[in-house]
Amino acid sequence: MSDTIQKPRVATAWLGGCSGCHMSFLDLDERLIELADKVQLVYSPIADVKEFPKDVDVTLVEGAVTNDENEEMAHIIRRRSKYVISFGDCATTGNVTAMRNRFGNAELIDRAYKELADLCNSVPNDHTFLASLREQAIPLHHLIRVDAFLHGCPPTPDEIWFAISELLQGRIPVFKTQFLRYG
Amino acid sequence: MAVKTLTINGEQYSAQEGESVLSVCRQNKIPIPTLCHLEGLSTVGACRLCLVQIEGIPKLLPACTTKVEEGMVITTSNQKLDKYRRMIVALLASEGNHVCAVCVANNHCELQDLAYEVGLVRVRYPYLFPKKSLDATHKEYVMDHNRCVLCTRCVRVCDEVEGAHVWDVAGRGIDCEIVTGLDYSWGSSQTCTECGKCVMVCPTGALFEKGVTVSEMEKKKDFLKYIITARQKREWVAFTNE
Repeated sequence: MSDTIQKPRVATAWLGGCSGCHMSFLDLDERLIELADKVQLVYSPIADVKEFPKDVDVTLVEGAVTNDENEEMAHIIRRRSKYVISFGDCATTGNVTAMRNRFGNAELIDRAYKELADLCNSVPNDHTFLASLREQAIPLHHLIRVDAFLHGCPPTPDEIWFAISELLQGRIPVFKTQFLRYG
Repeated sequence: MAVKTLTINGEQYSAQEGESVLSVCRQNKIPIPTLCHLEGLSTVGACRLCLVQIEGIPKLLPACTTKVEEGMVITTSNQKLDKYRRMIVALLASEGNHVCAVCVANNHCELQDLAYEVGLVRVRYPYLFPKKSLDATHKEYVMDHNRCVLCTRCVRVCDEVEGAHVWDVAGRGIDCEIVTGLDYSWGSSQTCTECGKCVMVCPTGALFEKGVTVSEMEKKKDFLKYIITARQKREWVAFTNE
């Protein structure tokens, strides 16, 4: 048990994104086994943990901040993590998630729930269980302090592996050279 | 023609009178980022990416529009210049709607390449998310203003090389936009020859061919080098100034 406690505590979070970055994370394939030996995954959409834990060493955050739930989550992540990494283009630039920003929220909701719906084309009238949209989707670092940026839509498994390896060796990964890319 | 000697980044170089600082740098493989500049078109000094520091001159000057002078002492890269260049690319990124992941020019885009060149890790400025339009009325090509960086290469190539002057610039400041004719739709233009030169010189995915999807729009600019030498020297060879 003591061995487990000393492993770096790593989390991944999924805000306003398509989960493609997490898919790419899973594409680490056999390296996931190596990773499981080295870190403790304390929170992730692929792990059944309900609440974001305290004292996390590194959190990879996928997606832009697009609704009030994301906003609250981003603040919790910042408070409880030593390092926060923007994971992919949506977290870094807003990317596809922010393409809705040129339309108003009312227009957007009508489009999603009425115009494009095959069945029951109406806006759900019970809003209590739905997160409400921010006026604009924004990159993560426009809301909270971010320590490093992992680019790409999605970042490749090799880029993710490089980032994690650097972090595990106590270095903030620098993506200025070979891994700086958009799209 | 008189030869001028000058110092660039501590090294001595010689240049022809009337040559631009940028041209001397390109010939000597000294890297300077550019965006609005395109060899074969007139020079406008609009993007400010090629700003250099010249001893004795208090302000920074664009290398593309500055002519060499005897004894000039030029610095092409230092912390201040690198920072300004990064700011310029960040401002360009924040004032348009540049979504690389879904862009026709992804991986073949000069704005993207510039972001890598200047080390743009993230944009600190608020993104403006402007409401820009898209003109798909032309039967061959599309103009997507969301991706336009107002370099005016399309305006210049159409006017100076094709001789049609379909494009121009309208509006001021943040409302500035490239227009067809007197701001008519491109499809209704009576002057457009459908040659596609504007599409090929466009540095981003703002101008593209119909039918291409993400990452498929590769711009081929070599035609310009051939046309320029053909007109000047009556020879069908590419000029080798750069």
